[in-house]
Amino acid sequence: MAHDSGTRTLISHAQLRRGRGKAIYWTLVAVVVVGFTLVFLGPLYWMVTGALKSGQEIAQTPPSLFPQDPQWQNYADAWNNLALAKLLFNTFYYAAGAVLFQLVLDTAAAYAMSKLRPIFGNAILAMMLATLMIPAMVLIVPQYVTVIDLPILHINLLDSPFAIWLPLVANAFNIFLLKRFFDSIPEDLMAAALIDGATALRTLWSVVLPMSRPILGVVSIFAVTAVWKDFLWPKLVMPSPETRTVSVGIYAFAGGTPMNVVIAASVIAAIPTVIIFLIFQRNIMSGLTTGSLKG
Amino acid sequence: MAITTVPGTTRPGRPSSPYAERPRRTSLGRKVRDNLTGHAFLIGAVLCFALFSWYPMIRGVVMSFQRTRRGVTTWVGWDNYTRIIDDPSFWTAWKNTFYFTVLALVLGYAVPFFVAILLNELRHAKGYLRVLVYLPVMLPPASALFLFKFYAYDPSEAGLFNAILKALHLPTSQWMQSPGMTMPAMVIASTWMNMGGAVLIYLAALQNIPGELYEAAELDGAGIWRRIWNVTIPQTRLILALMAMMQIVATMQLFIEPLILANGAGAEDSATSVAYLIYQHGFFQNDLNGAAALGVIMLVVLAGFSAVYLRLTAKQD
Repeated sequence: MAHDSGTRTLISHAQLRRGRGKAIYWTLVAVVVVGFTLVFLGPLYWMVTGALKSGQEIAQTPPSLFPQDPQWQNYADAWNNLALAKLLFNTFYYAAGAVLFQLVLDTAAAYAMSKLRPIFGNAILAMMLATLMIPAMVLIVPQYVTVIDLPILHINLLDSPFAIWLPLVANAFNIFLLKRFFDSIPEDLMAAALIDGATALRTLWSVVLPMSRPILGVVSIFAVTAVWKDFLWPKLVMPSPETRTVSVGIYAFAGGTPMNVVIAASVIAAIPTVIIFLIFQRNIMSGLTTGSLKG
Repeated sequence: MAITTVPGTTRPGRPSSPYAERPRRTSLGRKVRDNLTGHAFLIGAVLCFALFSWYPMIRGVVMSFQRTRRGVTTWVGWDNYTRIIDDPSFWTAWKNTFYFTVLALVLGYAVPFFVAILLNELRHAKGYLRVLVYLPVMLPPASALFLFKFYAYDPSEAGLFNAILKALHLPTSQWMQSPGMTMPAMVIASTWMNMGGAVLIYLAALQNIPGELYEAAELDGAGIWRRIWNVTIPQTRLILALMAMMQIVATMQLFIEPLILANGAGAEDSATSVAYLIYQHGFFQNDLNGAAALGVIMLVVLAGFSAVYLRLTAKQD
């Protein structure tokens, strides 16, 4: 065994080190590694290579494991015919704006509720958290109606990036994550900053934010992936072809485009989030579990 | 391990904020100013919540009792509700949605828990396996579903699943073209795409189980299954209950799977879901009021379900 430092789980370390236990353990490790690779990576391999096959090859039985004559043209067609450059740019633009808006407004709000604690702060927090209980599909129609004619202002936000940015600020989960993190910053530090004459904004900027880089990273990554993965909302509020996100654009073209080209486009659309995940996997996974558990 | 149900509550004995509680001689003006500062920080997020969350919530209920025709809005009482319920798709959609929810509970709820138990026992390749399980969660759902639609669920023998079934000498399937397979096929796709999050949450919960409990159970002669039943499950009971609830709320909103895999309704209406019906009424049949009414019905059903569920789990404790 590599190390014994871990805590005891269902099966003891000792049992796994003995002759028969050891054999079973290593067989299990091998089976799980191979099985999981096939189940979770296999379809992705199939997707990337399938998009390289010709129309005839994809219809052949049994299917081929490797593309016999790689059709790089499918990827080129996807890029050109679906205007993927424009779609990807749109999605990046919406994701970047979403990060900016969420970092500024949600951080400020969480800081106020955690450290400044103005009157009614807790009531506001409770009302924000209550929105976690409301299923997104229930709100989709009234939200849409609100966006096409904002109350009081009477502005139509269709095709405007604000229709994506502003609703994403109303994210109780992020506020909760940020507030919980700020709660763990010692009050003594706040008091010290106050005695030094720092304003609330200065304290946030110079004391709180530098300590909060991990959670700010988590919130940013969640913001990017939320925009990248969202489908119905951008489909509704970005109706013109010029403002579509990449998922919506591929869906719009799927009907009249060869299957392999649609898959090639889907592969390209998935690359950014996969790269983000491979780089930031630790932050993403820890952010996910700290959000739901407290141990 | 404790689940934070009310994260906003201030713990007793916690030192008070120097901003919130100042010495008593602080002037009223100072207090007002401090509160104003606090609310200035809050205002951006509060406005966004108000505009895009709180107000639409009320607006949805109001809309469901109104009808807008040619720019004129009138109160119509329960008309929208009766119209929606009389729509023949209404009951089909509910039946399909419940069926999907139940199937997803059987498959999508148990599988991540056992995967987490399995991963927690392994001392090697843990990081790699965790990345694998979570990878599909990061794909845009539209991308993943096109993969399933075109490659996995191809009804000919060139399709990935049919090729595997044929190689194993099992009967092949028409997948999305056979009404009986529509839902299981959507549950498989949905579980593959979404289980990563649940696995990671369970893994974190499993790591919080004190090792001594397993030690004691083993000394008492409990085998592996008994240890899972008598130690693992009771120790993770709270998170299991919470995840069941979250999963049901999520699966009841089934939308993108029928839209992409089944082009909406699917073979013989076998894929129509309630959420898809909301979309259809609101954005294709020009009936936003009816769609709002259906949304309210969905909210009531989910809220009712949550209340019953909380009651049942509370009784068990």
